Amino acid sequence: MANLKNSKSKSMGLHKEVLTGRTQQVFFNPEEAENFFYYGAHDVDFNKRTEIDAMDLTAAQLNDKLHSLMKEGYGSVVVKNPQGKHSLGVGILNKLNLIFEGSLGYFGVGSIDGPVVRITGRVGWSCAENMMAGKVVIEKNAGSCFGAAIRGGDLVCKGSVGARTGIDMKGGTIIVGGDAGAFTGFMMQRGRIIVLGDAGINLGDSMYDGTIFIGGKIKSFGSDAIKSKITSDDISWLKRKLKVAEIGSDFDFSKMTKVVAGKKLWNYDALEPSEKKGAI
Amino acid sequence: MCGIAGLIHKGKTVNIGKELQDMLQALKHRGPDSTGFALYGKGNNQGDYIMRFKVGENVAEGSTAVNEEKSVYDARRKEVDKHIRDLGGSIVNDAQLTPYSFRYCIKYDKDLMEFSKKIESVDMTEILSLGKSLELVKDIGDASVVSKQYGLDKIKGTHAIGHSRMATESGVDIRSAHPFWGYPFSDVSVVHNGQLTNYWNNRRALENKGMRFMSECDSELIAVYLAQKMRNGASLKDGMQDSLKELDGVFTYLVATKDSLGMAKDTMAAKPMVLYESDDLVALGSEEIAIRTLLPQEIDTYDPYDGEVKVWQI
Repeated sequence: MANLKNSKSKSMGLHKEVLTGRTQQVFFNPEEAENFFYYGAHDVDFNKRTEIDAMDLTAAQLNDKLHSLMKEGYGSVVVKNPQGKHSLGVGILNKLNLIFEGSLGYFGVGSIDGPVVRITGRVGWSCAENMMAGKVVIEKNAGSCFGAAIRGGDLVCKGSVGARTGIDMKGGTIIVGGDAGAFTGFMMQRGRIIVLGDAGINLGDSMYDGTIFIGGKIKSFGSDAIKSKITSDDISWLKRKLKVAEIGSDFDFSKMTKVVAGKKLWNYDALEPSEKKGAI
Repeated sequence: MCGIAGLIHKGKTVNIGKELQDMLQALKHRGPDSTGFALYGKGNNQGDYIMRFKVGENVAEGSTAVNEEKSVYDARRKEVDKHIRDLGGSIVNDAQLTPYSFRYCIKYDKDLMEFSKKIESVDMTEILSLGKSLELVKDIGDASVVSKQYGLDKIKGTHAIGHSRMATESGVDIRSAHPFWGYPFSDVSVVHNGQLTNYWNNRRALENKGMRFMSECDSELIAVYLAQKMRNGASLKDGMQDSLKELDGVFTYLVATKDSLGMAKDTMAAKPMVLYESDDLVALGSEEIAIRTLLPQEIDTYDPYDGEVKVWQI
């Protein structure tokens, strides 16, 4: 275990509370460089390219194959015939150019930290759930819970997405070229969602923080979601972000609706749970 | 969880039993307890009613049903035959598919509700379907098991809906399996993925209006609810639109009639549905892998939105 007694992180004030888990102790030591690399992350060469045909592979077999290739240093991998199978390309913790030629089922490219992924088809529910870093571009549509609980990175769907997009997201950016379904940004805590089309009912319901930009019509706002004034900084950021996302180059950003948390829900009051019971 | 699937070929008759079997088998992981098929074809070409019914339950592994002697089934069947004759009907042909389930072609031209009540007055007897194009089959086991048991892979038709069930709020038996027949409307069937939270209120209200429930499965409510709507003159689509406001809970369901297929998704959009639509084929499934059994090539699909109702014609 790392020696934390005299570590720099102590002087940075990162150890005010006692951390007991081994993982956390190691993770918070900035002086041990090797601790910044995850188990299962590989040093890859983008010029080393290969293809896999997923037609006759199970999800587990394909994911094992991807990890084997990364271990061998392959930095660019094309997966053919994904056939809408579930849980493909999950848990990739290093840089990688990954291209899926076709569609993914549920939980595609979940818990990734770094790869750049392009999917030429559509994705099912919960694409890129818990993504930490990297970029994912989907050329067609996406199902519900798109980008659930993401913490970082750019998640782009050029088509339309289903309900609860960005539910519980804690960072990163979700960009949608088409429309978004009900409860977009439900309970989001940080990060930004950009939807160039329309949004369904209960937009931003119970959002804690973060920002949602909607280009089209909004069916209804959720609890505690309110309109906010769009600023020149917002427009500048939107322009840059959508350029990266390869969509919306001719979009009139000044007509977008900016939605933020009103911060009037119970979780923003100063009551302890026991006091709350009394208040109710 | 449960998996639902449906497909409709526009202007073409295909091996619909095999196609739906493949779709449902791909969804087996969503519900392995029982599987049901509602297949729509040309019937027996004579315009007779096709009645699929059971006089007992399957007691296969996992079933919650009680075992009975075959002689008990035979006695019930004889009673059913007598009722059909007493009601003025005649059995054109009959087939015994399992010890407890049968397929009859019947000539009958009077009130279906009266007919159904009489037949179902026989102990443990349930009409699974009664129509001129609908063949409804459901039993314990996955799609391959049920299809093989009933020879469904040879049935031709234009459209179909089906269900792979994970039993949650009611038993593992044929009675609680989907699809449900839209009693007393011939050729109407429903499959559902989700939970209805105002089931009992609606059930009591519908029972007071003379509608019958055969199970305690909340999904049956949708079939009976739509039947009642259509009985009062509503179109299928209007009835489905009303269901979004009047049925409470989370649901995605498919409904089929002799010439159409419809889908509805509740306003919370909490249950999945993937849709493929082209000029000659519409295919829907809880997961895209079901559609991929029909169309392995790259296709455009999307999730219907919250509160969306769609109906297609053959």
